[in-house]
Amino acid sequence: MYRSGLPLLINVLSFMAVAASIAVGERSVQARMASPSRFGDKAFEWLTLAMALVVVVLITLIGWQLWIGSSVAIKKFGFHFLVTSTWDPVAEQFGALPFIYGTLVSSLIALLIAVPLSIATAAYLTELAPLWLRQPLVSLIEMLAAIPSVILGLWGIFVMIPWLRDYPFPFLKRVFGWTPFFSGPIYGPSMLAGGIIIAVMILPIITSVSREILRSVPDLQREAAYGLGATRWEATRIAVLSYAKKGLFGAVILGLGRALGETMAVTMVIGNTPQIAASLFKPGYTLASVLANEFTEATTDMYLQALFEIGLVLFGITILVNLLAQLLLRTITTASTTRAVQ
Amino acid sequence: MRRSDSHIWRKIKSGLASAIAFISAVLVITPLGLVFFHLVVNGASSVSWDFFTKLPAPVGAIGGGMANAIVGSLELLALAGAIGIPIGVLGGVYLAEYGSARINSVLRFLADVLNGVPSITWGVVVYGLVVLRVKGFSAYAGGLALGLIMIPLILRTTEEVVLLVPNGYREAALALGVSRWKTIVHIVMKTASKGIITGILLALARVGGETAPLLFTAFGNRFWNHSLNQPIAALPLQVFTYAISPYDDWHRQAWAGALVLVTGIFCVNVLVRILTRGRASSVV
Repeated sequence: MYRSGLPLLINVLSFMAVAASIAVGERSVQARMASPSRFGDKAFEWLTLAMALVVVVLITLIGWQLWIGSSVAIKKFGFHFLVTSTWDPVAEQFGALPFIYGTLVSSLIALLIAVPLSIATAAYLTELAPLWLRQPLVSLIEMLAAIPSVILGLWGIFVMIPWLRDYPFPFLKRVFGWTPFFSGPIYGPSMLAGGIIIAVMILPIITSVSREILRSVPDLQREAAYGLGATRWEATRIAVLSYAKKGLFGAVILGLGRALGETMAVTMVIGNTPQIAASLFKPGYTLASVLANEFTEATTDMYLQALFEIGLVLFGITILVNLLAQLLLRTITTASTTRAVQ
Repeated sequence: MRRSDSHIWRKIKSGLASAIAFISAVLVITPLGLVFFHLVVNGASSVSWDFFTKLPAPVGAIGGGMANAIVGSLELLALAGAIGIPIGVLGGVYLAEYGSARINSVLRFLADVLNGVPSITWGVVVYGLVVLRVKGFSAYAGGLALGLIMIPLILRTTEEVVLLVPNGYREAALALGVSRWKTIVHIVMKTASKGIITGILLALARVGGETAPLLFTAFGNRFWNHSLNQPIAALPLQVFTYAISPYDDWHRQAWAGALVLVTGIFCVNVLVRILTRGRASSVV
């Protein structure tokens, strides 16, 4: 009797305990729901918002710092800064034209080399290559993108330039020496070498962005082309490449943005001579390289001001180019997603 | 008859196009192979115990190492991480969890534009903000420059991986009465932690190889750095200085430094690949 009563008692007690705990639990949930102590939530939301807004702060901060850093030079030289080519720190005469010229020409050379190669590679990776080969190639291109600029520059100085000087440059001179672009003595460090090293630097980014663009082309496009009896190349050209034209243009502009701001590798191979010469065998200078070389040597205030203004010009150009690239790429992705939903 | 001729011609053209595209792909990855080959050929013989343990030898003397630059790079990365990681991760969480479509598209746009700002520009800006004001190059300035570069990188990758967390996880936690911020921190960010860490590692690998922003912030140092208020050496900076110097022995050491730097960066990239392989299977 007594023995069988104990388990019963325990049963009853435990039942009551469970019931009580459920009741308490329910009440605590209700209590939490009823009194919205959402301080933690608000604080966290504001904290993350503040961190996200840092992006806005940074853009303004860059523009503001470059502007106030160069305000005296801007007042003194005005628009002439952009169109004169004297760079004489001793006489405090500063004109950025040779650097602007060098930046544009070296980037142009880089684009001429990199764009056909990257787009052909992207087409190969998405349309033409055998499936088993695609992922390994993509990984290799990602690895190329991970090589720091300074290391490519080191390789440029000791491997690429001697090779260019001995083989491709004399060949170019023999064949195209009659044009002003490939005439004159061959030094090694030159505008052409700078353009080539920039091309290597921007190959991975143009390739990978173009690849994303081509991958976003709807399969219906390809199927339609194949359905009409197109060969693989015809389908790629008619249905994929022409469809993705705008996005590919965006990828090229993005690459241009990177090319304009490329610093270390170019500084190491371009020769760093502020001159405007038609021959691509002659050394040049870019906006980014003059900053890298002369910033710590700026002894007078005006010299430093002029360098800040160079920074402002470089920032202005790259920001415009990047805005354009992002706009082009953005419209493409939205267009392709709406199509994918259909 | 003519039809089949043109068909054969079209087939040939298609094959030719494939061949040209293949050659392009080979040309794109050729520099990678060449850089690697020369790094190993020129650098491997100079990577020695001394390289990791000794200070640079005085100008003109043979030997010495880059111990201070290796440690300096790690210190700079720690400083950069202290700035870039919290801001980037929390900003990315805002975009993924709170932001309205309009705010998000603006912030994302600006982050992408920031990613395109040349790294030398960051050096100039930090020079103006910090170095000019305190009148001296310092490890802090270098770390700040690298940290600012990391912010938009980490912000974008964090946003992407946090968006991948299924909504059911959030709903389940909220239904249990867990507050929203705790849900985000303990459930959502924990689920996405592998992806977030991947993004952080990639950003560290990227800024670890940066030279331009350090030229006039961290400045470099031939000795040990005893205070973060002082100039500090960094591996990429040392490689640059040695590469453009006129001494053969310094060139040799530049190759060794480059080999060590690239090995470090590639180890991080391999680690990332291992991490993401796990993620692809767990999230899907």
